[in-house]
Amino acid sequence: MCGIVGLFLKDKSLEPRLGEMLTEMLVTMTDRGPDSAGIAIYRNGDDSQAKMVVQSDNADSDFEKIGDDLSEALGTSVKAERNDTHAVLYMPKDKLAEAREALREIRPDVRVMSAGETMEIYKEVGLPKDVAARFEVEKMGGSHGIGHTRMATESAVTTMGAHPFSTGMDQCLVHNGSLSNHNRLRRQLRREGINIESENDTEVGAAYVTWKMQTGSTLGEALESTIDDIDGFFNFVVGTKDGFGVVRDPIACKPAVMAETDQYVAFASEYRAFVDLPGIEDARVWEPEPATVYFWNH
Amino acid sequence: MQTIDLETQSLRELNQTLHDQIGQTNQTAWEINNPRGSHAIAVGLDAPMDVTINGNAGYFCASMNKQANVHVKGSAGPGLGENMISGTITVDGDASQNAGATAHGGLINIKGNASARCGISMKGVDIVVHGNIGHMSAFMGQSGNLVVLGDAGDALGDSCYEARFFVRGEVKSLGADCEKKEMRPEHIEFLKDILERTGADAKPEEFTRYGSARKLYNFDVDNASAY
Repeated sequence: MCGIVGLFLKDKSLEPRLGEMLTEMLVTMTDRGPDSAGIAIYRNGDDSQAKMVVQSDNADSDFEKIGDDLSEALGTSVKAERNDTHAVLYMPKDKLAEAREALREIRPDVRVMSAGETMEIYKEVGLPKDVAARFEVEKMGGSHGIGHTRMATESAVTTMGAHPFSTGMDQCLVHNGSLSNHNRLRRQLRREGINIESENDTEVGAAYVTWKMQTGSTLGEALESTIDDIDGFFNFVVGTKDGFGVVRDPIACKPAVMAETDQYVAFASEYRAFVDLPGIEDARVWEPEPATVYFWNH
Repeated sequence: MQTIDLETQSLRELNQTLHDQIGQTNQTAWEINNPRGSHAIAVGLDAPMDVTINGNAGYFCASMNKQANVHVKGSAGPGLGENMISGTITVDGDASQNAGATAHGGLINIKGNASARCGISMKGVDIVVHGNIGHMSAFMGQSGNLVVLGDAGDALGDSCYEARFFVRGEVKSLGADCEKKEMRPEHIEFLKDILERTGADAKPEEFTRYGSARKLYNFDVDNASAY
């Protein structure tokens, strides 16, 4: 199964409550997938600085001096803020690529979850309520966010197999479904030089979107072409710096429901996830059409 | 009037209480508050009772229903009235995928839209949708009637048997072996009755009938290369 939730706020007064609302929505979807959970949250944007979120299974030793060590390696000031098994590294935007290289040297066990101006990805194995609690997602404000709870079908239950997957700067993808041509597509994308780390089908979906955009497609075009090139069942929700997008495969057997009010646009696998949102009684509630790409932007 | 509040009572208590009415019919009016999109509300009923759900229902609402009249004062999730045998289901809002799947009898009256695969493998149920229906509706429909006041999505009635489809609006495309058919007096009579019973604001003459071309019933040697 898997459960997806997404919340895009139009009303700025709700922004301090984003993490809390997103957590409630995600926890409601627990019985669609209890294996692992993750969120991508968009918050505290700053043009002058970029954020890189990293994860380590040995967070105590890896993160102790990660800021200092990376500052030294890059020759610039890097601030590190630890959050459980993850850490946010703040650095100048033009140093991101160099930082990835440097981390491979100085912290080989550290994995990059996301990079961008506003997006932060947190994901771990476990129930949504436990994963949300360890990162204190409830306390996070922000403009929009996406959450995912996984019932693994195509690959092992690991942190790296959890969603969301980063597809580029400030961009991520979550998936409900199962892809059937991911092995062939993985080989093809690797030949194109795209880095794919796991045997996970969704990572291939995310890598496909990344590759399409590297070769000149817009995000909208990349999502359009998933309908032709990706075989299997999918609801993809993508997060962008300004909003989020949704696409369902033409068969559309995976459930999806949307709700919109003057205050927000929300996405979920099931209506149940919406019941505590403010003003839901009067929201416009509908199902996105199959094989159609939707976007909501600020 | 008996009231069950799903805020304070469990779904299991609700359904057990309703099942306890089987064989005794002195409490016939039930109201369910705070459904909050819960799954499997009022499933497997088998008594002539009236159940009103005040809000939105989740998956499989009123599925396997026999005899009962279930009224959803909101929208319903996937699998509404799945495998229903008799009784009626009325939904004031929309219904998600697979409404009335495999249902054998009774009436499902959806005041809003129904999404994909409405009436899939229907086996005798009558379904009236006041709005539009999604793709692959009535796939492999065997008997019963699907009446749509709005439009139908792609592949209506694919591989259908003897179910009948009446659509007032546009049909995006017909499925394999589904074709347009003439409206005869008995079809007008049927529509007149069911439209009246479901409070539908439409005239029988506005509908087009579709059904099986009966070409997939038997193996045709010309199709051998397709297998």
